[in-house]
Amino acid sequence: MNKLAAACAASLLTALCASAPAVAFEPAATECIAPANPGGGWDFTCRQVGKTLYDLKIVPSPVQVTNLSGGGGGVAYSEVVAKRDSDNDLIVAASSATSTRLAQGAYPGMTMGQVRWIGSIGADYGVIAVAKDSPIKTLKELLDKVKADPSSVAFAGGSAVGGWDHLKVLIAAKADGIDDIRKVKYVAFEGGGEAVTQLLGGHVQAFTGDLSEAKEFSDSGDIRILAVLAPKRLPGDFARFPTAKEQGLDVVGANWRGFYAPGKMSDDAYAFWVEAVKKVYASDEWKGIMKSSGLMPLDLDGAAFTAFVKDQIDKTTAISKEIGLIK
Amino acid sequence: MDALASLAHGFAVALTLQNLGLAFVGCFLGTIIGALPGLGPSNGVAILIPLAFTLGLPATPAIILLTSVYYGAMYGGRISSILLNIPGDEPALMTTLDGHPMARKGQAGEALALSGIASFVGSLLATCGLVFLAPLLVRVALLFGPAEYFALFTLAFATLGGVASRNQAKSLIAAALGLGIALIGVDHQTGVPRFTFGNVHLYDGINFLVAIVGLFAISEVLLFLEHRGEGEHAPGKVALGRVTVPLAMLKRTWATMLRATGVGFLAGVLPGAGASLGSFIAYTLEKGLAGKGAGFGAGEPRGVAAPEAGNNAAAGGALVPMLALGVPGSGTTAVLLAMLLALNITPGPLLFQRNPDVVWGLIAALFIANVMLLLMNLPLVGLFVRVLRIPTRYLMPGVAMISFVGIYGISGSTFDLLEMIVFGVAGYLLRKLDVPLVPIILGILLGDQMEKNLRRALTISDGDWSILWGSWLAIAIWTLAIVGFLAPLVIGRFVRPKVKDTVAQ
Repeated sequence: MNKLAAACAASLLTALCASAPAVAFEPAATECIAPANPGGGWDFTCRQVGKTLYDLKIVPSPVQVTNLSGGGGGVAYSEVVAKRDSDNDLIVAASSATSTRLAQGAYPGMTMGQVRWIGSIGADYGVIAVAKDSPIKTLKELLDKVKADPSSVAFAGGSAVGGWDHLKVLIAAKADGIDDIRKVKYVAFEGGGEAVTQLLGGHVQAFTGDLSEAKEFSDSGDIRILAVLAPKRLPGDFARFPTAKEQGLDVVGANWRGFYAPGKMSDDAYAFWVEAVKKVYASDEWKGIMKSSGLMPLDLDGAAFTAFVKDQIDKTTAISKEIGLIK
Repeated sequence: MDALASLAHGFAVALTLQNLGLAFVGCFLGTIIGALPGLGPSNGVAILIPLAFTLGLPATPAIILLTSVYYGAMYGGRISSILLNIPGDEPALMTTLDGHPMARKGQAGEALALSGIASFVGSLLATCGLVFLAPLLVRVALLFGPAEYFALFTLAFATLGGVASRNQAKSLIAAALGLGIALIGVDHQTGVPRFTFGNVHLYDGINFLVAIVGLFAISEVLLFLEHRGEGEHAPGKVALGRVTVPLAMLKRTWATMLRATGVGFLAGVLPGAGASLGSFIAYTLEKGLAGKGAGFGAGEPRGVAAPEAGNNAAAGGALVPMLALGVPGSGTTAVLLAMLLALNITPGPLLFQRNPDVVWGLIAALFIANVMLLLMNLPLVGLFVRVLRIPTRYLMPGVAMISFVGIYGISGSTFDLLEMIVFGVAGYLLRKLDVPLVPIILGILLGDQMEKNLRRALTISDGDWSILWGSWLAIAIWTLAIVGFLAPLVIGRFVRPKVKDTVAQ
């Protein structure tokens, strides 16, 4: 087996080798596709999990990370569906952005059923914040202001219109009973950092983003986090941020990170990868990485994870229809 | 002086054998990466990130290595701009305008030395600026909302006519082409795909690196094929001469360098503007100040000093918002930011207090890298030039290969290669028609940002256009834009330059 694995690695024809029928699955030259350029969240997911997989000796050789960017992950998705459909040694990094785009048909002709969903390795919870000198103190107050006069509050976020940062605000607005959520004003910037800067400069009134983007600015006292969109208060240093739930708004917005695998991956291989990601999640190494990168617990795998992704896609589809983004 | 004490501490951090060695390696690789067409600072740094991780470097040495590459690439970009008329990276675009004509006049050595010194002045002063002005400049950056950004990009376009060509109509056509190309992709404000024909590869729009390499490098190869080596004046054969600057030339350009540094630094500090805008505005400003008839575009030393001082100063300036706000001021700092995050260092308002070793070690390393780069780029520039002095018939296949490998390396997508070839053929035809290429690139680069900021501003104001001139800063920028647009037209009536356009503009 080892000889075969070495031959596969040497010939670089991993896809060919992997498609040979495997009895009980043993990983050979494993690969993780990051559907974006080096440096982004998907790249981080592949590299850190790949490293942990090898450190824990779950895979025999270091996981090769391939950056396949384009179309907000769509290029990688269609590549996997069209060309790597039965590759047993391949996993692909995914996040809320993946499910949001699938829901909105932003990967042309693709659906979630064309791949197998492996599991999550953590989540970054959404926050809604205002500048430190804003008179608004709670999420409820902010949303009531929006209700009274939608043009009085502009939300800045790092994703495109219809993207995850936008949807979080809309979900919260709906929970507060705002009927015409199309009136909620959202301004799209390139990334959370730029959006926070605009809030600090007073060009917008509120910020929507992920906790990891906002924490530094909250620590320095520049912004006030009105609510974190988590089911309950987060552990440790993050416990000081109130949740939306305790303010009477039942809103949870988790930007999850995880993996999917090719749709025709064998059941044995799929079971192996589900177990592998589970082991990584449970390891001390991974706990350290989560702590240092601000990832919060979200532990789903196999069927539970698939159901979770489906639920997210359904919700996103409904709200995207409501704002007229899709028909 | 708090900053000076911190800086002294920074030098203590940076002056270890390992860090000095890494800075040296970074500078050397950076210069080569910058000099090779197609490999710009952002992909150069991106390519070396795996190296830093493989070596298992801690945060400070890793970031020293990568910022040395960044500064090195800023120096190196000029070499191929001057000798080959192909910008080594996108900020060195403006250096082709006067650098290459100088080289063709037999002043390649002077042009390289002068631009090396201008680069040194630009980045040295910008690094000083980083030390003393970082906290202050963060506040200036905050004044820029979408409306102010829109005015700023309009300023860039208003002054465009004066930059690249003497034929305003062709400049305009080229800029319009660029703006049109910038429309391709998913519209950020509505999520609707535009001009993508359902092709997922076009959803992210046209990568300007692909456009640059296609328009410049591939069209260069095509032009060479057409002439099949008949021209012995081929760019690779440009005589280097002595790499020194006559004192008179320095005397004539020192004020230019200082002005360009100031302008470039400010452009770098503004998030999203970056080094290209820095060199662009610096060049336009100098050209405007000199008036027509000064020989800009025909090998004017000031036209070499300005963009080089400008883009190196912008490179330093772009570190200010990255370190102080966590907001990258350019494509390369975006990559550096990602690297810092991967090393578990979160740039932002608290970085200077939380990780003083990293910040001040980095700043000290920048000073050291600068001196190293000056030494590498003056006496040793011949070494880098030799890479580019290979006869054209050997060089061109190399250029083609590096273009293909470089572009494939960015995205791993064959679609980008096809896109690059399309741009190459288009660039070839446009050069035949004497249409300048620089405005196309600027259109692609700035048009996208310009549109986004206009629409952001209008969303904020509920469609009220008056937000565009709603602040004193916006009004000031608009005034500059109008003056910048009208001045060349008025002055141009009196002084018509006689020099013909060079092909590759």
